Amino acid sequence: MKGSIPVAIEVRNIVKKFGAFAALDGVDLKVANGELLALLGPSGSGKTTLLRIIAGLDWPDSGEVTFDGEDALARGAGERGVGFVFQHYALFRHMTVFENVAFGLRVQPRAVRKDEARIRARVKELLDLVQLDWLADRYPSQLSGGQRQRIALARALAIEPRILLLDEPFGALDAKVRKELRQWLRALHSEINMTSIFVTHDQEEALEVANRVVVMDKGRIEQIGTPGEVYDHPATAFVHGFIGESIVLPVDVTDGGVRLGGKALDLAVNGASAGASRLFVRRHDMQVGPPGSGALQGAVQRVRTFGPIQRAEVALSADKTVIEIDAPRDRELRAGDIVGLQPRRYRIFAARD
Amino acid sequence: MTFEMSLQPIRTAGPDEAASALPLYAAREDLRTEPGPIRFVIIAIAVMFITVFVVLPLVVVFAQAFSKGIGAYFSALSDPEALSAIRLTLWVAVISVSLNLVFGLVAAWAIAKFDFRGKTLLISLIDLPFSVSPVIAGLVFVLLFGAQGYWGPWLQSHNVHVLFAVPGITLATVFVTFPFVARALIPLMQEQGTQEEEAAISLGASGLQTFFRVTLPNIKWGVLYGVLLCNARAMGEFGAVSVVSGHIRGETNTMPLQVEILYNEYQFVAAFAIASLLAMLALITLVAKTILERHLDEGQHSRGD
Repeated sequence: MKGSIPVAIEVRNIVKKFGAFAALDGVDLKVANGELLALLGPSGSGKTTLLRIIAGLDWPDSGEVTFDGEDALARGAGERGVGFVFQHYALFRHMTVFENVAFGLRVQPRAVRKDEARIRARVKELLDLVQLDWLADRYPSQLSGGQRQRIALARALAIEPRILLLDEPFGALDAKVRKELRQWLRALHSEINMTSIFVTHDQEEALEVANRVVVMDKGRIEQIGTPGEVYDHPATAFVHGFIGESIVLPVDVTDGGVRLGGKALDLAVNGASAGASRLFVRRHDMQVGPPGSGALQGAVQRVRTFGPIQRAEVALSADKTVIEIDAPRDRELRAGDIVGLQPRRYRIFAARD
Repeated sequence: MTFEMSLQPIRTAGPDEAASALPLYAAREDLRTEPGPIRFVIIAIAVMFITVFVVLPLVVVFAQAFSKGIGAYFSALSDPEALSAIRLTLWVAVISVSLNLVFGLVAAWAIAKFDFRGKTLLISLIDLPFSVSPVIAGLVFVLLFGAQGYWGPWLQSHNVHVLFAVPGITLATVFVTFPFVARALIPLMQEQGTQEEEAAISLGASGLQTFFRVTLPNIKWGVLYGVLLCNARAMGEFGAVSVVSGHIRGETNTMPLQVEILYNEYQFVAAFAIASLLAMLALITLVAKTILERHLDEGQHSRGD
């Protein structure tokens, strides 16, 4: 595995329709060599379709895919040098773990096929890599979900792929195993340094594991950035709402300022265009102060505490909406308190976005 | 549900209360099922029905076949006409099972792994031979290949014999047996989906390698199951074959046809001797079917996550 040179992937203007439904609607993406990239989005956003097109398991209606400048669409899935890990593992159920991992080596054309001793050595090496060498003689049905996932990965790596693609790699696992495998995948990636893309609908997973995150919705890319960028500087209303917990308030933007429920708020417009809009604030970016302070006023209805924070439900006096805010516990809040709220950071997006 | 509920009182009772409650439960009638006499009657009806309509006829077949002794039995079977019927039946079964194996695999593959227009129609058409009377199936071939049929004159002028010959018998048998393999495989392949095949392809396997190393091993028990039922029907088919065979002795009589002819001629021992072979085929099929179903079930269970 050492010595294989990472590949850069470029996707240009990919369109893929299933009947009238556009799964991908003009997608452009560049993946640098050696990168660990997450495709993040809700179900139906087109992320898995994009992954399958890169792998050669689906074909786009139009657009281009290149690996290091070479046209990948001219090659079939088996000739692209892509290791694919399926969401439900897709292990060969009638073969042992050993034979599953050896499969890619055994089906090679005779001219390049390794001899039996070298195949055995290679499979052993891979099973050591995923720390499951002791399971070689078992069948997939005898393994736990986490073990199957790692065997699926070992099988994909057996063919010495140039690119590793993972479809919802931790989707079917329970929370604890998931956390372990995340760290393990990160460690593995830094060890083998292979260009890797994984699909997930779990923002925490994407932000924690990937170098860069691609946020997708309805067949389009909403934003590409590092985990910090997509969280701190969401490019669209969708990204702000999808990543992290946000308070969303329907507001009107006029020349003079921002209005909520007909009342003017003491907030800068920040360049948002006039018209019906939505104000996005992270829960923990809402600063709690004494009554009369801040842009918003409200009455605390309920308070729950989670470790270092207290989560309060506050009914806003402007339009009676109830919002949830996260406040530090330095000043205990109580139901019935009247508080002033000031967004430390906020974004205003037009309502139609 | 009922099981849970009946246990509830014991579970919730305190330790000493439970001890006194237990004998009470044991003494009482088990309310989850019917009273003993009714159960007995239901089981007795089922057993009697099977005995009268299945076991008894089977016993009669063998009793009649051996009624004149073992010598008569074997001489009936070694009669040239009987041997010819056995040969023809085996021959027709081999051809039609092979054809239907290929057809069934292709049809199941198409239906389970691709989406295309007219798929529902294809699925219903596969079942047609089950719903159409075999005699009609035979007549269709007479209409197509008979002397007054569509292709009959052309075939005759080229000296090709379909009707009243082996090709006609085989065609009729293929027609009535073609759903078996496809029917056994379609649900199996639909359930298995295409992920393992996709995995094989992405690992560099060719189409043939994928089929022989991944698809076929996954469906092998289903294939054997379909072949077994297909074979049983192919050897036992009477109606369709009777229409197209022409009943030429020693040439176009299959075993079921030979049984009928001998019976009509009052040669009961000979008729039942051949019938006993068919009955044995049925018994072997039954045992094999049970074994295969066990394998299919196991496959099903080992699949779950």
